[in-house]
Amino acid sequence: MKQMAFTYQPNLLSESVTMENQTEVAEMKKDSPIIEIKNLNVKTSEGKILKDINLKIPKNKIVVLLGPSGCGKTTLLKSLNRLTDLYKELKVSGQIIIDGQDIMKAGQNLAVMRQKMGLLSQRPFPLPASIYKNVAYGLKLKGIRSKKLISHSVETNLKRVGLWNEVKDRLKSPVTSLSIGQQQRLCLARGLAVKPAIILADEPTSALDPISTKIIENLFKELKQHYTIILVTHVLRQALRLADHVVFMYYGEIIEQGHPDEILKNPKTAILKKYLVDGN
Amino acid sequence: MLVNIWMRGGLYILLAIPVLIGVGLYWKAAPLLQHQSLISLLFSSKWFPMKGEFGFLPFIFSSVYVTILAFILSAPLCLFAAIYLTQFGKQRLLNFMLPVIDILAGIPSVVYGVWGVLVIVPLVADKVAPLFGTTSSGYSLLAGGIVLAVMCIPYMLNMLIEVFHTIPVGMKEASLSLGATHWEMVKHVIIRKGFPGIISAFGLGIAKAFGETIAVLMVVGNTMNITLSPLKSGYPLPALIANNYGEMMSIPDYDSALMFAALLLFVVILIINLFFRYFIHKTEKI
Ligand SMILES: Nc1ncnc2c1ncn2[C@@H]1O[C@H](COP(=O)(O)OP(=O)(O)O)[C@@H](O)[C@H]1O
Ligand SMILES: [Mg+2]
Repeated sequence: MKQMAFTYQPNLLSESVTMENQTEVAEMKKDSPIIEIKNLNVKTSEGKILKDINLKIPKNKIVVLLGPSGCGKTTLLKSLNRLTDLYKELKVSGQIIIDGQDIMKAGQNLAVMRQKMGLLSQRPFPLPASIYKNVAYGLKLKGIRSKKLISHSVETNLKRVGLWNEVKDRLKSPVTSLSIGQQQRLCLARGLAVKPAIILADEPTSALDPISTKIIENLFKELKQHYTIILVTHVLRQALRLADHVVFMYYGEIIEQGHPDEILKNPKTAILKKYLVDGN
Repeated sequence: MLVNIWMRGGLYILLAIPVLIGVGLYWKAAPLLQHQSLISLLFSSKWFPMKGEFGFLPFIFSSVYVTILAFILSAPLCLFAAIYLTQFGKQRLLNFMLPVIDILAGIPSVVYGVWGVLVIVPLVADKVAPLFGTTSSGYSLLAGGIVLAVMCIPYMLNMLIEVFHTIPVGMKEASLSLGATHWEMVKHVIIRKGFPGIISAFGLGIAKAFGETIAVLMVVGNTMNITLSPLKSGYPLPALIANNYGEMMSIPDYDSALMFAALLLFVVILIINLFFRYFIHKTEKI
């Protein structure tokens, strides 16, 4: 990685970028963190919710945010696509660099930025429309009008989450006719349809039955080949099953992070040791 | 067990009240219906109580007119204000507005009537009428509509704010995260999800406006007119009943006629309510 960075020197004299150079650039981009959080602070009038968060999130991995409830996991996740803007009482400062762009800077195209990230929340929030329209929603916002393209995307993404066979005969019905587990998978399909690079998942299985949970977990394992997944959970076993990297948070701070086998089996800090013993 | 019986009894009484009112009014209005057909009662504008001729069209017309006017003046305003307060404005503004709205909603209607006489009626006479090159005493359908609108605003605004507050934040977040701008989110989530609630708030606002008596009676002029000009005076149904209640006994059938007016009000408001409830029921499943 370092070597590569060394060999890649933008040559101002060369007329054009060679093929070799291009692949090197692409290679570098792939290994560099897709998200870099620098000195992120989130405050309310009552106090700080997140304190000096510094975090690099690698591409195409599952990063698990772990911690007791109320430690700021959801807030951290919502900061990443600036849903914190919805909460006027929150003051957010710091840098969040996604694809080399600081999304905290003023004058951002928030809609375009947010489409880089699919959101899966604690319980499914289908939009007040049919199954079909839920999946098509993001595409329509993108300005895609072609019926053929939209139908194709709806079908592909419903198939990806294993919902197609269950709903293909009632695409026009309201989402409320689906079970919670199905709804959550629909929400995932809806997010995937806008072709994000990152998936933000906030305890996505906490409201689901074991079978739906299993389906979602397996999906995540598949999806990480193409997506960077940031998964919030307070279930230790889920973290162990899925994580490539675990970030342990406590009262708005990152206490410890590393490979799940390392930090969950040999915690360094007393806080994490205690958390692992007392559990969730 | 005993409590159960009491509660059931209470419920039945509650359900029986509107039925009893309806039946009572019908019973009192029945003599009139024997002398004159329903069609002519509703669509004739001949009102000669002494001769026993009762055409309610002018009253119905005035009622519908001021109600529509009030609705046009207040509904869009309430909708935008509620969206602004709940989706765009600062929390502090909403916190300030909520008690203000409650206070406005709690002011007795006679006070709105006095305000209408002191402010709106002169405004219509001195400013609005000259604007259109005519004269008006100010006691007019327009004054009635404005006063009604002002009365309906806190009532509808309250309900709309409530409606928008019940929409889960998670749904807004879902829309935004899929790439909606704030306005698109408002359109696709707030208005769409809140639609049955918006319609019901509007419906209840209309029902309230249609039945409102005192404040309208004070500013609307109370002369029979069928005119499209808002600067002319009118005579809505509730005002007819309230103004003439004392004379009831002196003219034959007048008693029945006023009861018929009350029955008409009752039925219309019942229909408005049923219609909007049915509508809500139909749309809530989305
Ligand atoms: N909009 C908000 N206004 C005030 N306090 C908030 C807000 N959102 C979150 N908090 C507070 O911040 C802390 C962290 O919340 P959250 O990020 O939801 O934690 P977690 O997801 O880890 O359970 C909690 O103490 C919560 O009460
Ligand atoms: Mg949370």
